[in-house]
Amino acid sequence: MLLLLLLLIPLFAGTAMLFVPIPLLRYLLLLAAAMGHSTCTALLIYQCRRVGWDLAETPAALGGLLHPDALGLVFLALASLLFLGAAIYAIGYLRQERAKNEVHRHIQDGSSFTNAPEQRFLACLCYFLAAMSLVTTTQHLGALWVGMEITTLATAPLIYFHRHKEALEATWKYLMICSVGIALALLGNILFSIAYSPKLPTDTQQMTFYIQHAMGAEKNWLKAGFIFLLVGFGTKMGLAPLHNWLPDAHSQAPSLVSALLSGALLNCAFLGILRGYQVLSAAGLTDFCNTLLVGFGLFSMAVATIFIVGQGHYKRLLAYSSVENMGVLALGVGLGNSAVFGAILHAVNHSLTKGMLFLLAGNILSHYHTYSSHDVRGMRSNMPVSAVLWMGGFLAISGAPPFGLFVSKFILIRTMIEQQQWFYVAVYLTILAIIFVGMSAPFLRMVQGEAPPAVRESYRENIFNVGPCILFGIAVLVLGLYIPQWLREFLNAAAKLAGG
Amino acid sequence: MTITSILQISIILLLLTNLTMLTVQRISSLIRLVALQGLLLATFLLLLKHDGDLIHTLLMAGSIVAIKSIGFPWRLRVTMRSVASPDLVSSFRSYKLSILAGFIGLIFSFWLETHLTLTQSIYPPLFFPAALSTVFAGLILVVGRMKALSQVVGYLVAENGIFLLGMPLMVKGSTWFELSLLLDVFVAVFVMGIAINHISNTFDSIDVGRFCNLRD
Repeated sequence: MLLLLLLLIPLFAGTAMLFVPIPLLRYLLLLAAAMGHSTCTALLIYQCRRVGWDLAETPAALGGLLHPDALGLVFLALASLLFLGAAIYAIGYLRQERAKNEVHRHIQDGSSFTNAPEQRFLACLCYFLAAMSLVTTTQHLGALWVGMEITTLATAPLIYFHRHKEALEATWKYLMICSVGIALALLGNILFSIAYSPKLPTDTQQMTFYIQHAMGAEKNWLKAGFIFLLVGFGTKMGLAPLHNWLPDAHSQAPSLVSALLSGALLNCAFLGILRGYQVLSAAGLTDFCNTLLVGFGLFSMAVATIFIVGQGHYKRLLAYSSVENMGVLALGVGLGNSAVFGAILHAVNHSLTKGMLFLLAGNILSHYHTYSSHDVRGMRSNMPVSAVLWMGGFLAISGAPPFGLFVSKFILIRTMIEQQQWFYVAVYLTILAIIFVGMSAPFLRMVQGEAPPAVRESYRENIFNVGPCILFGIAVLVLGLYIPQWLREFLNAAAKLAGG
Repeated sequence: MTITSILQISIILLLLTNLTMLTVQRISSLIRLVALQGLLLATFLLLLKHDGDLIHTLLMAGSIVAIKSIGFPWRLRVTMRSVASPDLVSSFRSYKLSILAGFIGLIFSFWLETHLTLTQSIYPPLFFPAALSTVFAGLILVVGRMKALSQVVGYLVAENGIFLLGMPLMVKGSTWFELSLLLDVFVAVFVMGIAINHISNTFDSIDVGRFCNLRD
């Protein structure tokens, strides 16, 4: 029942949004859906933990189509938590948007534009959550693919909420690049089926079947299938050189959508790759996957570094930071052993930190009306809470202690040293150092100094626009100092499935 | 005429539609060709699964015709009419280059078939290279064409190729997945159609070559 509710709550809420005319009721519905979803997720995790994360004992629904394991549940929990934060933020954000005139002025060129209908925006937001719930709870690669495609279709209207040229350009690139990417992932699914042919699973427990019969599968087809899954879902995950859509979409979407894209959607795509990785590991092809993942991981980090240094657009800066961190995830899994735990922990830390940073970027944009970090000054004086969180977020995302990302990045370095991969250590540390320096300049510039005369008045910080950021910030800080035993067990169970 | 010969003729027709798509300069011709590919897909399904579950096969073939041969072309024509764009594909590079790329894709597909095990036991002769070259043709259209509508057609062609590759592997219990897949792609085309309308209104054209606002 809980599993069904994970799909039904956002689906029902999304459909109801289209028919609720009163904004306040819509906001309450959104909040109720987010809280209901989070509660169901928490209860589901509790149930699965009680049976020791054993897939044979965990709850299932729809004839086994929904049957979550620890790996999927980690990403479900992140999606649910971020959605709750985004829902709280959305109330303040949408009220603010409604308070403005019907015709808005574009920040960069002053041209006029309108917003998409709020009802449609909220409906798509809920459908997006439903799609992510499907992706993270299924053991069927086909259903996972369907869920991923729905995320593309549900988020495209979200990116185009502000109906101006740049948002439309970003939406089209996102639609085309991700649709083609996801189509290639479907090809990967088909190649997996060929590898197992003529023995094919007829029930919904496709992953279990694939893992159990992996040794009998045709290895070359499995390898080809994994390459297509990696390229397909890697496009959606933002791995370089397939990341072109990401900076555009993240920078043009409303900040709460950017937070969800970066903190939740990219993880879902990563899960698609991990499913392929599970199958190939069972077939004894771990080394093949590891080589590819390490290569893509380091390359993504390197490409992101080039664009982070000297980046003046602070939302694009955060987007490129996502490319870098997706590279870290791929690298962690590719290294194997304890680095897989590090990668899963990194996914948790990155989602919370990036969720916080994008929501804060929304506050900055709303107050300063500029995307340029050169034009934002004096945050500490006129938006003090956001400024503290912004600096904390910078330290966290760049891997400085005592935040959670320091721990997860450190685990990766430790594994590289244990494996005596000195070249990787050198490249990894060099990239992290450059990124730290590259990001510090715009972040410090924005916080310090004196605010421009046009924005001297203080920004009204309230529970909606800084509340979720404070919670995410505290969570990342706590994870850097102490990981509760139950969470460690949970992440360990997930890492074990991904070869850790 | 035997089933095998009908199959071979259909495969040759499919290859011809792929190459023709890379040469045509009118969007309306592209739409007609993609509708024809839908019909060919349904034919392949009926020919390949003639000894399988009849209801499943008929249901799937009917759905393919309804969505790929009727639904998509209808939606694309509606979009084309509403944006009132000139009926020209417009290519980023020369058409000759597209055809050359298409031929390279076709030759590579034939080469790959001879170097991979299992293809002969799963796919009828020529089927695998025809399906794979359809994927390549679709990707060439997506990357090489300037008009948003032609890119959507390219996406559909690539998806047709992938669908063909999966066709011999369809199993009885997976009808829900195949229908979800078709529905997903249908919604994707619907959303893309809406986006194209917005592009036309905002940019006074559906030429994606004008997209140059977002750069680092």
